[in-house]
Amino acid sequence: MNVLVAVGEFLVLFGSAFYFLSTLGLIRMPDVYTRMQTATKSATLGSLGVIIGAGIWALGDGGSVAWLTKTIIIAVFLLLTNPISAHTLIRAAYKSGIPLWEGSVVDKYREAKARAESGEEEGGEA
Amino acid sequence: MAEASRISRYLYTIIVLFIIWLFLTASLDPQELAFGLVLSLIIGAFTYEIFTTRGLANLHPKRVAYAIAYIPYFLWAMLLANLDVAYRVLHPKRPINPGIVECRTNLRSDVGKLVLANSITLTPGTITLEVEGDRYFIHWIDVKDASVEGASKSITGPFEKFLKVIFG
Repeated sequence: MNVLVAVGEFLVLFGSAFYFLSTLGLIRMPDVYTRMQTATKSATLGSLGVIIGAGIWALGDGGSVAWLTKTIIIAVFLLLTNPISAHTLIRAAYKSGIPLWEGSVVDKYREAKARAESGEEEGGEA
Repeated sequence: MAEASRISRYLYTIIVLFIIWLFLTASLDPQELAFGLVLSLIIGAFTYEIFTTRGLANLHPKRVAYAIAYIPYFLWAMLLANLDVAYRVLHPKRPINPGIVECRTNLRSDVGKLVLANSITLTPGTITLEVEGDRYFIHWIDVKDASVEGASKSITGPFEKFLKVIFG
């Protein structure tokens, strides 16, 4: 029983540490795209750690399985929906014209868009 | 890819909904199970048309085995991703080299593409910006290889060998 409590406590601590890193990343990163990177990844793993940790902690503390199964459901839904929201936000940011950081090396998306547009114009002329 | 029959799709939807109900109630009381089954039947009747196109074929043993093997692999990749992020955030010089690269995938099904996009977003240094057909535009925090083939090999390659079997 006490082993489960210890594992749960460790997971909650682990998740909180990644929450902290996620917030720190929001402050330290230069533009919206790199901020989304740090925020999404660390917050997702941090939430997984805290949520599953709370479930295991409850299992060791009171022996109730109901907490663990509900936390697993919540964790799975979070794991499935968090990256989609990140993708939507970063795509909306790109579409509304927010520039990349000046240190960025390549932008294949803009190149592909430019190619597609010029291709369409050529097709229209022909 | 041909669509499965309606009855097979309906049964698959019911199975998934009933498993979610089992986890939510966390009880094996016959009354709870019966009511969950009734709810699954009702909700399944409304939603099976948009829920799946392949029906019971999703439960092929090989697919299920690969899906179970994929979970620890994915969680490990996610842990590495977070240590990578931690390193970049805590390092005083902030070693980032971002850019948008293009990748190709050989996955066919829409669900497979969705799972691949999600996996890319949660693994080291990459986030999916746009998916058009078989082309992925990915924001990579540390661009090592800007060419299409090189980026595909190091970003999508490791997941595709699992997802190709699971979703086709």
